[in-house]
Amino acid sequence: MKEKRETILLGGAGLLIGVIAVLLVKLGNPANMGFCIACFLRDTAGAMGLHRAGAVQYLRPEIVGLILGSFLLALGRKEFSPKGGSSPVTRFLLAMCVMVGCLMFLGCPFRMVLRISGGDGNALLGLAGFACGIGVGVLFLKKGYSLKRNYKQTKAEGAALPILTLALLLLAVIVPVLFFATEAGGGPGGSHAPLLISLAAGLIVGAVAQLTRLCMVGGIRDLILFRSVRLLMGFVGIFAAALICNLAFGFFKFGFAGQPVAHNDGLWNFLGMLLVGYGSTLLGGCPLRQLVLTGEGNTDSAVTVLGFLAGAALCHNFSLASSANGPTLNGKIAVVVCIVIVSIVAVANTFGKEKGR
Amino acid sequence: MIDARGRSCPEPVLMLRKAMTSKEASYEIMVDNRVSVENITRYGQHEGYRVTVEDREDEYLLRLEK
Repeated sequence: MKEKRETILLGGAGLLIGVIAVLLVKLGNPANMGFCIACFLRDTAGAMGLHRAGAVQYLRPEIVGLILGSFLLALGRKEFSPKGGSSPVTRFLLAMCVMVGCLMFLGCPFRMVLRISGGDGNALLGLAGFACGIGVGVLFLKKGYSLKRNYKQTKAEGAALPILTLALLLLAVIVPVLFFATEAGGGPGGSHAPLLISLAAGLIVGAVAQLTRLCMVGGIRDLILFRSVRLLMGFVGIFAAALICNLAFGFFKFGFAGQPVAHNDGLWNFLGMLLVGYGSTLLGGCPLRQLVLTGEGNTDSAVTVLGFLAGAALCHNFSLASSANGPTLNGKIAVVVCIVIVSIVAVANTFGKEKGR
Repeated sequence: MIDARGRSCPEPVLMLRKAMTSKEASYEIMVDNRVSVENITRYGQHEGYRVTVEDREDEYLLRLEK
Protein backbone atom coordinates (compact mmCIF):
# COMPACT_ATOMS: atom_id res chain seq x y z
CA MET A 1 0.00 0.00 0.00
CA LYS A 2 2.80 2.35 0.99
CA GLU A 3 4.67 1.50 -2.21
CA LYS A 4 1.58 2.32 -4.26
CA ARG A 5 1.32 5.69 -2.53
CA GLU A 6 5.00 6.42 -3.17
CA THR A 7 4.60 5.43 -6.82
CA ILE A 8 1.71 7.86 -7.21
CA LEU A 9 3.71 10.57 -5.40
CA LEU A 10 6.61 10.06 -7.81
CA GLY A 11 4.31 10.20 -10.83
CA GLY A 12 2.77 13.41 -9.50
CA ALA A 13 6.21 14.90 -8.87
CA GLY A 14 7.17 14.01 -12.43
CA LEU A 15 4.06 15.72 -13.78
CA LEU A 16 4.87 18.93 -11.87
CA ILE A 17 8.48 18.88 -13.06
CA GLY A 18 7.40 18.27 -16.68
CA VAL A 19 5.10 21.30 -16.60
CA ILE A 20 7.79 23.51 -15.06
CA ALA A 21 10.31 22.36 -17.69
CA VAL A 22 8.12 23.35 -20.64
CA LEU A 23 7.13 26.64 -18.97
CA LEU A 24 10.84 27.49 -18.75
CA VAL A 25 11.10 27.00 -22.53
CA LYS A 26 8.04 29.19 -23.01
CA LEU A 27 9.75 31.86 -20.89
CA GLY A 28 13.02 31.82 -22.80
CA ASN A 29 15.07 28.65 -22.25
CA PRO A 30 16.29 26.85 -25.42
CA ALA A 31 13.83 24.43 -27.05
CA ASN A 32 13.45 21.05 -25.32
CA MET A 33 15.84 22.41 -22.69
CA GLY A 34 13.64 23.54 -19.82
CA PHE A 35 16.12 21.60 -17.77
CA CYS A 36 19.36 19.94 -18.76
CA ILE A 37 21.87 19.36 -16.00
CA ALA A 38 24.70 18.68 -18.45
CA CYS A 39 23.97 21.69 -20.68
CA PHE A 40 23.46 23.99 -17.71
CA LEU A 41 26.69 22.91 -16.03
CA ARG A 42 28.45 23.40 -19.38
CA ASP A 43 26.97 26.91 -19.64
CA THR A 44 28.03 27.57 -16.06
CA ALA A 45 31.56 26.35 -16.79
CA GLY A 46 31.54 28.76 -19.74
CA ALA A 47 30.29 31.64 -17.58
CA MET A 48 33.30 31.15 -15.31
CA GLY A 49 35.66 31.05 -18.26
CA LEU A 50 36.57 27.40 -17.78
CA HIS A 51 35.96 27.09 -21.52
CA ARG A 52 35.69 29.82 -24.15
CA ALA A 53 32.91 28.51 -26.41
CA GLY A 54 31.06 31.79 -26.82
CA ALA A 55 27.70 30.17 -27.65
CA VAL A 56 27.35 28.33 -24.35
CA GLN A 57 28.19 30.68 -21.51
CA TYR A 58 25.65 31.61 -18.85
CA LEU A 59 25.54 31.04 -15.10
CA ARG A 60 22.32 29.01 -15.00
CA PRO A 61 20.26 29.90 -11.91
CA GLU A 62 18.43 26.56 -12.26
CA ILE A 63 21.60 24.72 -11.14
CA VAL A 64 21.93 26.93 -8.06
CA GLY A 65 18.21 26.49 -7.38
CA LEU A 66 18.33 22.71 -7.68
CA ILE A 67 21.15 22.39 -5.16
CA LEU A 68 19.67 24.96 -2.76
CA GLY A 69 16.13 23.59 -3.05
CA SER A 70 17.40 20.20 -1.99
CA PHE A 71 19.67 21.77 0.67
CA LEU A 72 16.84 23.76 2.29
CA LEU A 73 14.33 20.91 2.26
CA ALA A 74 16.94 18.46 3.55
CA LEU A 75 17.68 20.87 6.43
CA GLY A 76 13.95 21.19 7.14
CA ARG A 77 13.41 17.42 7.08
CA LYS A 78 16.54 16.78 9.16
CA GLU A 79 18.01 14.84 6.26
CA PHE A 80 21.01 17.13 5.79
CA SER A 81 23.67 14.56 6.55
CA PRO A 82 27.24 15.40 5.50
CA LYS A 83 29.01 12.29 4.27
CA GLY A 84 31.87 11.60 1.89
CA GLY A 85 35.14 9.87 1.24
CA SER A 86 33.90 7.07 -1.01
CA SER A 87 36.53 7.03 -3.78
CA PRO A 88 36.28 10.77 -4.61
CA VAL A 89 38.92 10.78 -7.36
CA THR A 90 37.29 7.83 -9.12
CA ARG A 91 33.96 9.65 -8.93
CA PHE A 92 35.53 12.81 -10.40
CA LEU A 93 36.88 10.74 -13.29
CA LEU A 94 33.58 8.94 -13.88
CA ALA A 95 31.76 12.28 -13.84
CA MET A 96 34.07 13.67 -16.52
CA CYS A 97 33.35 10.60 -18.66
CA VAL A 98 29.59 10.96 -18.14
CA MET A 99 29.81 14.58 -19.27
CA VAL A 100 31.64 13.51 -22.44
CA GLY A 101 28.70 11.18 -23.18
CA CYS A 102 26.13 13.88 -22.40
CA LEU A 103 27.76 16.39 -24.71
CA MET A 104 28.06 13.80 -27.48
CA PHE A 105 24.29 13.30 -27.26
CA LEU A 106 23.62 16.96 -26.30
CA GLY A 107 21.77 16.42 -23.08
CA CYS A 108 21.59 14.64 -19.76
CA PRO A 109 18.98 11.93 -19.06
CA PHE A 110 16.55 14.64 -17.91
CA ARG A 111 16.83 16.49 -21.22
CA MET A 112 16.63 13.18 -23.07
CA VAL A 113 13.11 12.72 -21.66
CA LEU A 114 12.25 16.33 -22.52
CA ARG A 115 13.58 15.85 -26.06
CA ILE A 116 11.43 12.75 -26.54
CA SER A 117 8.38 14.65 -25.27
CA GLY A 118 9.12 17.37 -27.83
CA GLY A 119 9.08 14.81 -30.66
CA ASP A 120 12.85 14.46 -31.11
CA GLY A 121 13.24 10.91 -32.45
CA ASN A 122 17.02 11.03 -32.00
CA ALA A 123 16.46 10.95 -28.26
CA LEU A 124 14.75 7.56 -28.61
CA LEU A 125 18.08 6.16 -29.81
CA GLY A 126 19.63 7.95 -26.85
CA LEU A 127 17.15 6.23 -24.53
CA ALA A 128 18.01 2.84 -26.03
CA GLY A 129 21.72 3.48 -25.45
CA PHE A 130 21.01 4.82 -21.95
CA ALA A 131 19.11 1.65 -20.99
CA CYS A 132 21.88 -0.55 -22.42
CA GLY A 133 24.51 1.39 -20.47
CA ILE A 134 22.54 0.96 -17.25
CA GLY A 135 22.20 -2.75 -18.05
CA VAL A 136 25.98 -3.09 -18.28
CA GLY A 137 26.43 -1.14 -15.03
CA VAL A 138 23.89 -3.40 -13.29
CA LEU A 139 25.91 -6.49 -14.32
CA PHE A 140 28.83 -5.09 -12.32
CA LEU A 141 26.58 -4.09 -9.39
CA LYS A 142 25.34 -7.68 -9.21
CA LYS A 143 28.94 -8.93 -9.17
CA GLY A 144 29.73 -6.73 -6.16
CA TYR A 145 30.90 -3.43 -7.71
CA SER A 146 31.42 -0.85 -5.00
CA LEU A 147 33.23 2.46 -4.59
CA LYS A 148 33.54 1.53 -0.89
CA ARG A 149 31.90 3.19 2.06
CA ASN A 150 31.61 6.87 2.92
CA TYR A 151 32.21 8.49 6.29
CA LYS A 152 30.61 11.27 8.29
CA GLN A 153 31.87 14.74 7.48
CA THR A 154 31.50 18.09 9.22
CA LYS A 155 28.50 20.32 8.54
CA ALA A 156 30.86 22.91 7.04
CA GLU A 157 32.19 20.35 4.55
CA GLY A 158 28.67 19.27 3.57
CA ALA A 159 27.42 22.82 3.17
CA ALA A 160 30.47 24.10 1.28
CA LEU A 161 29.30 23.55 -2.30
CA PRO A 162 25.65 24.58 -1.74
CA ILE A 163 26.83 27.85 -0.19
CA LEU A 164 29.50 28.35 -2.85
CA THR A 165 26.91 28.07 -5.63
CA LEU A 166 24.73 30.67 -3.91
CA ALA A 167 27.75 32.96 -3.54
CA LEU A 168 28.53 32.52 -7.25
CA LEU A 169 24.98 33.50 -8.23
CA LEU A 170 25.02 36.55 -5.95
CA LEU A 171 28.36 37.57 -7.42
CA ALA A 172 26.97 37.18 -10.95
CA VAL A 173 24.05 39.45 -10.06
CA ILE A 174 26.12 42.08 -8.24
CA VAL A 175 29.21 42.11 -10.51
CA PRO A 176 28.01 40.57 -13.80
CA VAL A 177 31.09 41.83 -15.65
CA LEU A 178 33.16 39.14 -13.92
CA PHE A 179 31.36 36.42 -15.86
CA PHE A 180 31.06 35.48 -19.52
CA ALA A 181 27.56 35.48 -20.96
CA THR A 182 26.35 34.59 -24.44
CA GLU A 183 24.40 37.44 -26.02
CA ALA A 184 20.77 36.89 -27.05
CA GLY A 185 20.74 35.02 -30.37
CA GLY A 186 24.37 34.00 -29.97
CA GLY A 187 23.62 30.37 -29.10
CA PRO A 188 21.94 28.25 -26.44
CA GLY A 189 23.65 30.20 -23.65
CA GLY A 190 21.87 33.34 -24.83
CA SER A 191 18.42 31.79 -24.44
CA HIS A 192 17.17 31.81 -20.91
CA ALA A 193 14.13 32.51 -18.79
CA PRO A 194 14.29 35.51 -16.40
CA LEU A 195 16.75 34.93 -13.56
CA LEU A 196 14.28 34.82 -10.66
CA ILE A 197 11.96 32.46 -12.52
CA SER A 198 14.84 30.13 -13.37
CA LEU A 199 15.97 30.22 -9.74
CA ALA A 200 12.46 29.54 -8.43
CA ALA A 201 12.00 26.67 -10.91
CA GLY A 202 15.28 25.16 -9.74
CA LEU A 203 14.33 25.55 -6.07
CA ILE A 204 10.96 23.82 -6.59
CA VAL A 205 12.35 20.96 -8.69
CA GLY A 206 15.32 20.51 -6.32
CA ALA A 207 12.99 20.26 -3.33
CA VAL A 208 10.60 17.88 -5.12
CA ALA A 209 13.49 15.69 -6.24
CA GLN A 210 14.89 15.64 -2.68
CA LEU A 211 11.50 14.61 -1.30
CA THR A 212 10.87 11.86 -3.84
CA ARG A 213 14.50 10.69 -4.51
CA LEU A 214 13.72 11.07 -8.21
CA CYS A 215 16.48 9.62 -10.38
CA MET A 216 16.51 8.89 -14.09
CA VAL A 217 19.21 6.21 -13.77
CA GLY A 218 17.64 4.72 -10.64
CA GLY A 219 14.34 4.26 -12.50
CA ILE A 220 15.72 1.92 -15.14
CA ARG A 221 18.28 0.36 -12.77
CA ASP A 222 15.61 -0.64 -10.22
CA LEU A 223 13.43 -1.99 -12.99
CA ILE A 224 16.26 -4.29 -14.11
CA LEU A 225 17.51 -5.16 -10.61
CA PHE A 226 14.32 -5.44 -8.57
CA ARG A 227 11.52 -5.39 -11.18
CA SER A 228 10.34 -2.19 -9.45
CA VAL A 229 8.66 0.54 -11.51
CA ARG A 230 8.41 2.97 -8.58
CA LEU A 231 11.31 5.30 -9.48
CA LEU A 232 10.51 4.97 -13.17
CA MET A 233 7.18 6.70 -12.56
CA GLY A 234 8.99 10.01 -12.11
CA PHE A 235 10.35 9.57 -15.62
CA VAL A 236 6.89 8.73 -16.97
CA GLY A 237 5.30 11.71 -15.22
CA ILE A 238 7.85 14.16 -16.66
CA PHE A 239 7.35 12.72 -20.14
CA ALA A 240 3.54 12.83 -19.98
CA ALA A 241 3.29 16.37 -18.63
CA ALA A 242 5.96 17.74 -20.98
CA LEU A 243 4.32 16.03 -23.96
CA ILE A 244 0.92 17.57 -23.18
CA CYS A 245 2.43 21.02 -22.58
CA ASN A 246 4.54 20.80 -25.75
CA LEU A 247 1.42 19.92 -27.76
CA ALA A 248 -0.54 22.73 -26.09
CA PHE A 249 2.12 25.36 -26.82
CA GLY A 250 2.75 24.07 -30.35
CA PHE A 251 6.33 23.07 -29.49
CA PHE A 252 5.85 19.40 -30.47
CA LYS A 253 7.49 18.46 -33.76
CA PHE A 254 8.18 14.80 -34.47
CA GLY A 255 11.19 13.94 -36.58
CA PHE A 256 14.91 13.32 -36.68
CA ALA A 257 16.39 16.10 -38.82
CA GLY A 258 16.46 19.70 -37.70
CA GLN A 259 15.52 19.08 -34.07
CA PRO A 260 16.50 21.91 -31.71
CA VAL A 261 20.00 21.74 -30.16
CA ALA A 262 20.39 18.14 -31.41
CA HIS A 263 22.02 16.15 -34.21
CA ASN A 264 20.72 13.08 -36.00
CA ASP A 265 23.75 10.77 -36.01
CA GLY A 266 22.00 7.75 -34.54
CA LEU A 267 25.04 5.65 -33.68
CA TRP A 268 26.68 8.42 -31.67
CA ASN A 269 23.45 9.45 -29.96
CA PHE A 270 23.18 5.81 -28.87
CA LEU A 271 26.82 5.47 -27.77
CA GLY A 272 26.85 8.86 -26.03
CA MET A 273 23.91 7.91 -23.83
CA LEU A 274 25.26 4.38 -23.34
CA LEU A 275 28.29 6.02 -21.75
CA VAL A 276 26.01 8.22 -19.62
CA GLY A 277 23.91 5.26 -18.41
CA TYR A 278 26.98 3.11 -17.72
CA GLY A 279 28.94 5.79 -15.88
CA SER A 280 25.94 7.11 -13.94
CA THR A 281 25.03 3.62 -12.71
CA LEU A 282 28.56 3.29 -11.32
CA LEU A 283 28.18 6.74 -9.73
CA GLY A 284 24.89 5.70 -8.09
CA GLY A 285 22.63 8.22 -9.81
CA CYS A 286 21.95 10.53 -12.73
CA PRO A 287 23.33 14.11 -12.89
CA LEU A 288 20.10 15.53 -11.40
CA ARG A 289 20.35 13.14 -8.45
CA GLN A 290 24.00 14.17 -7.93
CA LEU A 291 22.92 17.83 -7.58
CA VAL A 292 20.19 16.84 -5.12
CA LEU A 293 22.57 14.68 -3.07
CA THR A 294 25.03 17.58 -3.03
CA GLY A 295 22.27 19.62 -1.40
CA GLU A 296 21.85 16.86 1.20
CA GLY A 297 25.51 17.25 2.18
CA ASN A 298 26.92 14.31 0.22
CA THR A 299 30.42 15.50 -0.61
CA ASP A 300 31.04 12.55 -2.96
CA SER A 301 28.23 13.95 -5.08
CA ALA A 302 29.72 17.44 -4.72
CA VAL A 303 32.98 16.07 -6.13
CA THR A 304 30.95 14.43 -8.91
CA VAL A 305 29.35 17.78 -9.78
CA LEU A 306 32.81 19.37 -9.92
CA GLY A 307 33.81 16.49 -12.22
CA PHE A 308 30.87 17.34 -14.48
CA LEU A 309 32.05 20.98 -14.60
CA ALA A 310 35.61 19.95 -15.42
CA GLY A 311 34.35 17.47 -18.01
CA ALA A 312 32.24 20.15 -19.69
CA ALA A 313 35.20 22.49 -19.87
CA LEU A 314 37.33 19.70 -21.31
CA CYS A 315 34.68 18.91 -23.95
CA HIS A 316 34.67 22.45 -25.30
CA ASN A 317 38.39 23.08 -24.95
CA PHE A 318 39.22 19.94 -26.95
CA SER A 319 36.29 20.04 -29.41
CA LEU A 320 34.66 16.92 -28.01
CA ALA A 321 31.14 18.36 -27.77
CA SER A 322 28.69 17.81 -30.62
CA SER A 323 26.69 20.60 -32.20
CA ALA A 324 23.61 20.73 -34.42
CA ASN A 325 26.02 19.84 -37.27
CA GLY A 326 26.79 16.50 -35.64
CA PRO A 327 29.52 14.90 -33.56
CA THR A 328 33.18 15.75 -33.99
CA LEU A 329 35.95 13.22 -34.66
CA ASN A 330 37.54 14.20 -31.34
CA GLY A 331 34.21 13.58 -29.64
CA LYS A 332 33.86 10.12 -31.14
CA ILE A 333 37.36 9.14 -30.03
CA ALA A 334 36.67 10.55 -26.56
CA VAL A 335 33.44 8.57 -26.17
CA VAL A 336 35.23 5.32 -27.02
CA VAL A 337 38.12 6.17 -24.70
CA CYS A 338 35.68 7.06 -21.90
CA ILE A 339 33.76 3.78 -22.31
CA VAL A 340 37.11 2.01 -21.87
CA ILE A 341 37.96 4.14 -18.79
CA VAL A 342 34.55 3.47 -17.22
CA SER A 343 35.01 -0.25 -17.89
CA ILE A 344 38.42 -0.23 -16.20
CA VAL A 345 36.87 1.50 -13.17
CA ALA A 346 34.05 -1.06 -13.16
CA VAL A 347 36.38 -4.05 -13.34
CA ALA A 348 38.88 -2.66 -10.82
CA ASN A 349 36.15 -1.96 -8.26
CA THR A 350 34.36 -5.25 -8.80
CA PHE A 351 37.16 -7.78 -9.02
CA GLY A 352 39.95 -5.85 -7.28
CA LYS A 353 41.64 -7.70 -4.38
CA GLU A 354 40.83 -5.11 -1.70
CA LYS A 355 37.14 -5.73 -1.09
CA GLY A 356 36.96 -3.49 2.00
CA ARG A 357 34.09 -5.48 3.45
CA MET B 1 24.60 -8.82 11.05
CA ILE B 2 25.19 -7.11 7.72
CA ASP B 3 27.06 -3.84 8.12
CA ALA B 4 25.96 -1.58 5.29
CA ARG B 5 26.86 1.70 6.97
CA GLY B 6 28.40 4.21 4.59
CA ARG B 7 27.06 2.37 1.56
CA SER B 8 24.93 4.32 -0.84
CA CYS B 9 21.88 3.19 -2.76
CA PRO B 10 21.46 0.47 -4.07
CA GLU B 11 24.40 -1.31 -2.38
CA PRO B 12 22.75 -2.09 0.99
CA VAL B 13 19.81 -3.79 -0.75
CA LEU B 14 22.19 -5.80 -2.93
CA MET B 15 24.18 -6.86 0.16
CA LEU B 16 20.96 -8.00 1.79
CA ARG B 17 19.83 -9.78 -1.34
CA LYS B 18 23.10 -11.67 -1.54
CA ALA B 19 22.78 -12.68 2.13
CA MET B 20 19.20 -13.79 1.56
CA THR B 21 20.27 -16.58 -0.75
CA SER B 22 20.83 -18.57 2.48
CA LYS B 23 17.05 -18.40 3.09
CA GLU B 24 17.26 -17.76 6.84
CA ALA B 25 14.24 -16.78 8.91
CA SER B 26 15.73 -13.52 10.11
CA TYR B 27 18.37 -10.99 9.18
CA GLU B 28 19.81 -7.87 10.75
CA ILE B 29 21.27 -5.04 8.74
CA MET B 30 22.79 -1.78 9.90
CA VAL B 31 22.58 1.32 7.70
CA ASP B 32 23.14 5.04 8.26
CA ASN B 33 20.79 6.83 5.90
CA ARG B 34 17.06 7.03 5.49
CA VAL B 35 17.07 6.17 1.79
CA SER B 36 18.56 2.79 2.68
CA VAL B 37 16.01 2.31 5.48
CA GLU B 38 13.20 2.92 2.99
CA ASN B 39 14.73 0.72 0.29
CA ILE B 40 15.49 -2.20 2.62
CA THR B 41 12.06 -2.00 4.26
CA ARG B 42 10.43 -2.11 0.83
CA TYR B 43 12.62 -4.96 -0.37
CA GLY B 44 12.22 -6.97 2.84
CA GLN B 45 8.45 -6.66 2.79
CA HIS B 46 8.42 -7.59 -0.86
CA GLU B 47 10.32 -10.77 0.03
CA GLY B 48 7.78 -11.62 2.73
CA TYR B 49 9.63 -10.42 5.85
CA ARG B 50 8.30 -8.30 8.70
CA VAL B 51 10.67 -5.33 9.05
CA THR B 52 11.28 -3.34 12.24
CA VAL B 53 13.57 -0.33 12.44
CA GLU B 54 15.55 0.70 15.51
CA ASP B 55 16.77 4.30 15.39
CA ARG B 56 20.24 4.61 16.95
CA GLU B 57 21.22 8.26 16.48
CA ASP B 58 22.05 8.59 12.77
CA GLU B 59 22.27 4.82 12.42
CA TYR B 60 19.46 2.36 11.92
CA LEU B 61 19.29 -1.31 12.78
CA LEU B 62 16.74 -3.12 10.65
CA ARG B 63 15.45 -6.53 11.73
CA LEU B 64 13.80 -8.71 9.15
CA GLU B 65 11.75 -11.66 10.36
CA LYS B 66 9.55 -14.17 8.59
